[in-house]
Amino acid sequence: MSDILLDMKNVAIEGYSDRQWKPIIKGVDLSLKRGEILGLIGESGAGKSTLGLAAMGYTKGGCRISGGQIMFDGQDLTTASRNSLRKLRGKRIAYVAQSAASAFNPAFKLINQYCEAPVQHGVMSKAQAQSDAVELYRKIRLPDPDTIGFRYPHQVSGGQLQRAMTAMAMACRPDLIIFDEPTTALDVTTQIEVLAAIRDIVREYNTAAIYITHDLAVVAQMADQIKVLLRGEEVEQAPAREMLANPQQTYTKSLWAVRDFRRAPRPPREDGESTLLDVKGMDASYGTTKVLDNINLTIKRGSTVAVVGESGSGKSTLARVIMGLLPPIEGEVIYDGVPLQKVGAKRARGLQRHLQMIHQMADTALNPKQRIKDVIGRPLTFFLGLKGAAKEARIRELLTLIELDPDVFMNRFPSELSGGQKQRVCIARALAAEPDFIICDEVTSALDQLVAEGILRLLDRLQRELDLTYLFVTHDIATVRSIADDVVVMQNGKIVEQGPKDEIFAPPHAPYTELLLSSVPEMDPDWLTDLLEERMTAEQSQ
Amino acid sequence: MNSILSIVFKRLLIGLLTLWIVTVIIFAAIEMLPGDIATEMLGQAATEESLAAFREKFDLNRPLHERYFSWLAGAATGDFGISLANQRPISELIGQRTANTFFLAGYAAAISVPIAVVSGMMAALYNGSVFDRLLSNSTLAAISFPEFFIAYILILIFSVGFGWFPSLANVDVDTSLGERLYITFLPAMTLTLIVLAYMMRMTRAAILNLLALPYIEMAHLKGIKRWRVIAVHALPNALAPIINVIALNLAYLIVGVVLVEVVFVYPGLGQTLVDAVSKRDVTVVQAACLIFAATYILLNLLADILSIIANPRLLHPR
Repeated sequence: MSDILLDMKNVAIEGYSDRQWKPIIKGVDLSLKRGEILGLIGESGAGKSTLGLAAMGYTKGGCRISGGQIMFDGQDLTTASRNSLRKLRGKRIAYVAQSAASAFNPAFKLINQYCEAPVQHGVMSKAQAQSDAVELYRKIRLPDPDTIGFRYPHQVSGGQLQRAMTAMAMACRPDLIIFDEPTTALDVTTQIEVLAAIRDIVREYNTAAIYITHDLAVVAQMADQIKVLLRGEEVEQAPAREMLANPQQTYTKSLWAVRDFRRAPRPPREDGESTLLDVKGMDASYGTTKVLDNINLTIKRGSTVAVVGESGSGKSTLARVIMGLLPPIEGEVIYDGVPLQKVGAKRARGLQRHLQMIHQMADTALNPKQRIKDVIGRPLTFFLGLKGAAKEARIRELLTLIELDPDVFMNRFPSELSGGQKQRVCIARALAAEPDFIICDEVTSALDQLVAEGILRLLDRLQRELDLTYLFVTHDIATVRSIADDVVVMQNGKIVEQGPKDEIFAPPHAPYTELLLSSVPEMDPDWLTDLLEERMTAEQSQ
Repeated sequence: MNSILSIVFKRLLIGLLTLWIVTVIIFAAIEMLPGDIATEMLGQAATEESLAAFREKFDLNRPLHERYFSWLAGAATGDFGISLANQRPISELIGQRTANTFFLAGYAAAISVPIAVVSGMMAALYNGSVFDRLLSNSTLAAISFPEFFIAYILILIFSVGFGWFPSLANVDVDTSLGERLYITFLPAMTLTLIVLAYMMRMTRAAILNLLALPYIEMAHLKGIKRWRVIAVHALPNALAPIINVIALNLAYLIVGVVLVEVVFVYPGLGQTLVDAVSKRDVTVVQAACLIFAATYILLNLLADILSIIANPRLLHPR
């Protein structure tokens, strides 16, 4: 038995678009020993997932492996028959997808989906597989391991689903598991549990793994080796600790540096501090479920207030209530001394203009059938009555302001823009109304780190130049550190803690803030181990 | 569980409400026909006495709402009143014929639904292949022809040509089941060919829609056989649209058989309806319309309820 489990040589993969085959992976080598974990990192579009799937001999629809060799335990997957590939998948090479919620079949109980691969591959009987599932559920620390398998996917939380999927991948005790961004969709506090569970179970069964992620701090916890990809090519590969301590290539160094962005300190305002927006005693609910509970919040003119919390903490709802998209049950929003109508559409147009919002998914926030000039031109006409040449001149100004060349972008459709460019257009659309106050709802969380940093720098510059006030809704603590003046920590619809950033980030913290802050992965490869030990001792001493 | 029960209950109420509105429309529409029914039936030469006797016999003197409610109460218990043309109870006239129509529809459904679902799944499995295109095009060709044309073609081939099946589907109460299945084979095939394409294409499209979803890819990556991925992973999640199209087509099988029944001289409800219309037998037309409407509403109601049950999120709430 050779020590090398997977050996990919000069692998090239092409995708079919615009009636021609275009390269996605341009000749990458990848080799993996038994029991070794390789971290595969890079921005979106770098080809990480494509390369990971190729290790199973699989390509997404419209793609093909056009060259190279993929040797798995002595068998070349590029020439293997469809049937022999099928027999490997699930049994010897398993896959854990990014979003467990959509990768589990909604129509079947978890345990039946667990049993499918072992039964279909003839590894175990259904009864054996069921008792095995319970055992693995226990090992991966799912609550109620005896009964949780008999629930449907929608009856289980995201973090639990992701663990259940890891257990499912383990069902046939494969030699290799491909983890495709398994924790990207999770909150930091949940991510820790999933990371620890994955790491322990992979070590216990000495399973080799390819761990795909864009989060360096996460890969630092998981991998023995790290390989950096850029546009389908390898940038460099090194043992994890070496790579973290001393990256060689410029691109890798730039990836490492992103997390250090800090806004330049601001001078005190000449006109003194004044309140722009006041939220008083706000309660809101969806149906009968209460989502906001007595929220009180003051936002100073020209400042950036960051609202942080896990998903479901009510932070996006707070944004919707301020915008008048969701009328509150109780309480009021006072803007510049004037109480606002609860329903946004009833607010005077002049007031509507002052409050703008930028959404998380620039993709869905832009009408795909409208050219960029129409996207930006609409609020110019609607709020400011601009027409013809004046309107066009202003569109050009705005595009220049967000660092996009008007001559190139004015007549494009959103589909012809990259993710970061789309988000810039959304910013320009908000600016077109000439607002004082902008709510940024997770504006960078769908973007790669480098692109996200560009957006943050842009927002920071705009704030200084145009005297804007931001309410920044985010779950990313790094973003908060970069740009916030004040921080509001939310949990279960309530404000846990609020105050200036330096106070919130300096100990002592409220218990939930402590949990949230300590859960943010750090680049130190021992961070997860240390943190888990720390929490264990804290628990024991209680 | 309560939420699904309340949803089903609401659908039932809506279904009943629709049915009630339909009874009002049918009753009112017939009332609004120009002319006096008694004069129409007995002719211009009828004497005042005979007209009065006719009105008395058919209860035409009572106010509109009274007649509506007694008609409704009768219809609810299966008593549709008396035929104007031959003075016999309508339930007696159309009872056996209704059963015949439902038999033929059921026969066609039993052939077409399994074929449609299985061939739809196979078309999805071999999407884009010669088989897929052949299936799509041939079923499309079948629905492009009017049903009487298909009926005559089938008669020409299987009855006149090979002499395998009778061209007349003449059944009565004493016909045994086996014989009945044999005699009505050609009309059932005609109906099958007409409804097959819609159901097959919807099955194919509903499944193809799902094939790009992560959980289908996951099933492939678990090494599940392709056929099993389609049948076990995709089909249950595609049920809602498929059920709806099947229900719509079953309703069509019952309501749309008129021409096929006429071609094969099959003693069904459609034939009766055609006869009644030509004889201006208003009460029979009312009864037939009501049966057709009720079938439509009930089948669609059933489809609604089944699609709700097919959704695991509703069936198994958190």
